[in-house]
Formats: sequence, structure tokens, C-alpha cells
Amino acid sequence: MIRVTQKLLNDIRGHGVRDYPYECCGLLLGRFRAEGKIVSETYPISNAREESAKRNRFLIEPEELMRGERYARGKDLEVVGFYHSHPDSPAAPSQYDLEHAWPTYSYIIVSTRADEATDLFSWEQESDRSRFNQEEILQIL
Amino acid sequence: MPVTISIPAPLRQFAGGQSQIVVEANTAGEALDQLTSAHSALRRHLFNDQNALRNFVNVYLNDEDIRHVSGPDTPVKDGDTIMIVPSIAGGAVVESEVGQSLPELSNEEIMRYSRHLIMPEVGMQGQRRLKAASVLMIGTGGLGAPVGMYLAAAGVGRIGIVDFDVVEESNLQRQIIHGTKDLGKRKIESARDRLRDINPHIEIETHEARLTSHNAMRLFRNYDIVVDGTDNFPTRYLVNDACVLSGKPNVYGSIFRFEGQASVFWAEKGPCYRCMYPEPPPPGLVPSCAEGGVLGVLPGIVGAIQANETIKIILGAEGLLINRFLLFDAWTMRFREFKLRKDPKCPVCGENPTIKELIDYEEFCGMAAHQAPQPDSKLEEISATELNARRLRGDQIQIIDVREPHEFEIARIPGTKLIPLGHVVSRMNEIDQEVETIVHCKGGVRSAKAIEALKRAGFQGRLINLKGGITAWSEDVDPRVAKY
Repeated sequence: MIRVTQKLLNDIRGHGVRDYPYECCGLLLGRFRAEGKIVSETYPISNAREESAKRNRFLIEPEELMRGERYARGKDLEVVGFYHSHPDSPAAPSQYDLEHAWPTYSYIIVSTRADEATDLFSWEQESDRSRFNQEEILQIL
Repeated sequence: MPVTISIPAPLRQFAGGQSQIVVEANTAGEALDQLTSAHSALRRHLFNDQNALRNFVNVYLNDEDIRHVSGPDTPVKDGDTIMIVPSIAGGAVVESEVGQSLPELSNEEIMRYSRHLIMPEVGMQGQRRLKAASVLMIGTGGLGAPVGMYLAAAGVGRIGIVDFDVVEESNLQRQIIHGTKDLGKRKIESARDRLRDINPHIEIETHEARLTSHNAMRLFRNYDIVVDGTDNFPTRYLVNDACVLSGKPNVYGSIFRFEGQASVFWAEKGPCYRCMYPEPPPPGLVPSCAEGGVLGVLPGIVGAIQANETIKIILGAEGLLINRFLLFDAWTMRFREFKLRKDPKCPVCGENPTIKELIDYEEFCGMAAHQAPQPDSKLEEISATELNARRLRGDQIQIIDVREPHEFEIARIPGTKLIPLGHVVSRMNEIDQEVETIVHCKGGVRSAKAIEALKRAGFQGRLINLKGGITAWSEDVDPRVAKY
């Protein structure tokens, strides 16, 4: 289970629509708790690196992730997952997503169109890497 | 040496909940081996089935990516810190791939494709996509030869080939998929043997057929991508329309003399061939390669471009030849490019399409009339054997050759006068109107045109067309005259 405020979910949707038709992405910063994850901030990754994303399709380079982790540590937070958008496609992970993920992290995917974000789901990888399971999102105000 | 490995938060559950683990090792690779032998559940999240680091897993030794040093062999010293950092990949790159898993590569295949695998733009994932892909090639001629050979070599898992011809000597100047030993063989068999020799790991499906409105949809349905290697307008429009109607990308190429063209027509993402050429040219206006010739290496270049774009489509690459039309001139060695736009009024891929199923393309291109030129214009004809008999009898006749001087150089019928088609009217006075005139060219089409032009210009004498041209003469009368 992942707990996120409505405002942060709307930020993610807004980011997705803003970057349409490209994919947007970002980090989910928060804390791992026994009962699940709590997201307290999102950390959008700038769309300025579109060229490199085009080249190798990796949306978040390790250096950027490390920068995000440093930022999180400064606020006593951790990276608990990631979000990205699927323009004009379902908010479900692809085979490609599955092969490039780790368990425990939350992977929020938002389906976007030119003027709106439609579905938004969170996914967690099974610990044997075989598939993604949908994760419950607990919206808080 | 004792080195400290930081365990990323999501993987701590596989490492007994620890955030840092100290191991003894001399290299980074050893350190990871130590770590994963102590905590075996970690291994699958860091390494793939081939025991290589997963391509999104990055290992940093004191802030330096070990890939930029010596990889797993990077030496470590006392007190070093190793960090494991993922790159986060994304996306709905290809929709159809959701929930569909890609075939694995065998060790032999990994060895074979190693030059692909070491490039991140292809990698294991891309190579597996190539293996999962299927491509239908229309024709195994000049364009189909390099297309098939490169796609087979690249490891495209299933290649379909459509052709109905047999290998002839005049093909070998450019159709490098066929060899001298294949003369007289069916092209699909010769091509299949060559592709199998290049890569035994792929499937090759042969379809001995002329592509028609009846079989096109059924054939296209079973493939991801269609590559057009045809040499005539009816088939080109047929391939285009069937691709639009079945939602397949059409990797287009064409060649003539020294000029080549290439583009990717994919109605879902850009224009189709009809957006650019809504109507075919009048029959006979654009000569075929058989009439006009083609530089043998030209289809090699254009076909290689088609193979390149096909592979890029499979890999999901950017920078495809969509919305772009590439022109290549082999004589001046120049590439030019112009922008294409989807035509909203396009009859097949536009907003209100009028073509919703395949039509009769021969008729659409006016070929029915073209193949039997002027059937009712009282064109008098003579066969090569008859002509020979008349000459032997000593009949009073003159023979006019309307081919080009360089063709005259290759082969000629003895005792003929050369007046190329383009000059036949202006040099009409060189032809004796009192004597019966036989007109010939290579195959009989240009000579029929010459006769028509002469009649229109007021030529009064009797004009007779040599059926089948000098080719028929060589076949039926004098084999010493070279065929070309």
C-alpha cells in the first residue's frame, strides 16, 4: 500500500499532461513503513533530457537518481518509488518496465492524453521478478 | 580487502534488512559475487540469466561507474565503498508489447549478435525484439536482395518472401541474393537457401505467388512490417493500400537508372504513398528498369536503407523516415530529402476514406491498355522468323531500329538503320516511303510508339512492327545476337 495526498497525485497528473506527447517521470520521496510507503514529496525529473531519453529510453539516469537521493537524505526522506506517464497508452506496466524494475519500490503510471490524465495506478514488482501487482493507493487529504 | 557495499532501500529485504554489508574482495565483481553468495535472493535483482549485470543496474565504486573503469574487473582497495544504483527505465514504448514476453537468446545467438548486444541502442532487449519480429518482403530482386540478407543477418526472427519469378542471367548484375548456380531456379528457393546460409537461427517462409488484391490482406496479416521491393506501379499501390488497411508500416524503396527513393509509409504515424502520389503516372510515361536500365549497386544502397529503417522500426528507434522522402543520386553521389505531409483528403488513409478494400490495381494504373498497345489501331506486326524468311527470299524491305545508340552497341540485327525513338519524326525523310518498313526496338513497345508517331506525322509508307523486338530475333532467329 502507498499513501499519497490528493495534491501530489494531481501534481503527477499535471506533469504528465504538461509533457504530453512525451513521457514524464519523477521520483517519489517519502518513508518505508511496516504498513506500506508514505509519499511526502514528488521530485519531477526535467524534460530537458529528452535527447538522452530518446537515445536509450532510460528516463532517469543513475546520476540523477543519486542527486534525488541526496536531496531526499537532506530532508530525512528516501526514494520510495517512481512515477512516469504512458501517453495514449494504458496505465499498466510493459514488459520493458518489468525487466527494468526492482521489488518494493512503487511504480506509479499515469495514462495521459493531450488535455487530460485518465487512469493512474501504482504497481509493485513481485519479489521473484515474474510480474507486477497493482498496489493500493490510499489517498489522503 | 574489506569494502563496504551500500544496499539500496528496496533490496534490503533480500539482504537481511541491512543497509550496508562489508565483504572481502579484490575487484568490484568479486565484491558483488561475495554479496550475492551470502544473500542469494539478491542475485536475480542484480544479474540476469546470463550472469551479466542487468542493464539498468549500475555499480559505482566511490562515485565512479565501474563501466567507465574496468567493469567487474575494476580493482578495489581497503575502505572503498560500492553503491548499487538503478537507472529507471520507462514506458509504453510499444503498446503491443504489454504483457507479452520476448523470446530468449541462446548462447550461440548471443555470440552471433555480439556487435549488436554491446550497443545500448540494441542490447539484449533489442535483439530479442528482432527475434520476435516478422517482416514480409515483396520481391527478391534488386531491392529485396540486400533487404533480405541484412534482415536475416540481423536476426529478424521470421522473414516471409513473396516472388513468382525465376532467376535469369540479367538479374545477377544487381540481385546479389541469387548466384550463377541459381540460374533457372525459382527465386524464392534461391533466396531461401541464401538466407538460411546467412542465418540458420531464423524462420524463412516462402510464398510463391504474384501479390494480388486477393491474397495481399491474408499475407500481410501474419507479419509486423512489409518491405516493398516491387518494380511496378500496380503492385506499389497494392502494397500501400493493403498496408494502410491492415495497419502495417510499409518500408518503401524504388530505383531507376542512377536514382533511388526511400521512405517509411505508416498511415498511423504519417503519410502513405497515396498522400504523395494520389494517382499513378500515365502508363508508359515512367519507364521500367528493364527499359531504362539501373546501376547494379543502386538497389544495394536503397535496399540497405530499407533494411536499416525496418530494423529501427523493430527497435522502436527515433529518427525514422516517416514524413520524410529520401532521394539518392548515385551518379552525383547526393542525398536529398523533402518533407511529406499526411493528406487529410487521401482516399485511403485520410479522414473520409473512399477506398475501404483492395481494388483492381492493373485497371487503376491503366495497365490493361498498356500491356496490349493500340490493339485496334491497325498495328501491323511481323514475327522474327517471318521477317527472316522474307529477307532470305530477297523481299524489298528496310529495317529501322528505334533504340538508343548505346543499345545498338550491345547488339544489332544486321542491315538495319538506327534512328532513336526521340528522333524518328524529325528524321522521317531518311526513311524511304516507297519501301515496306519494319520497325524494331528491344521488346516491341518503343517501335509501336514510333510507328504511331510516324503515322501521326503523315508518313505514307507501310509500317510493320517487329513483335518481341531484337530479343525475339535473338531467341528465334540468331542466337549469336546478344540478349540484354
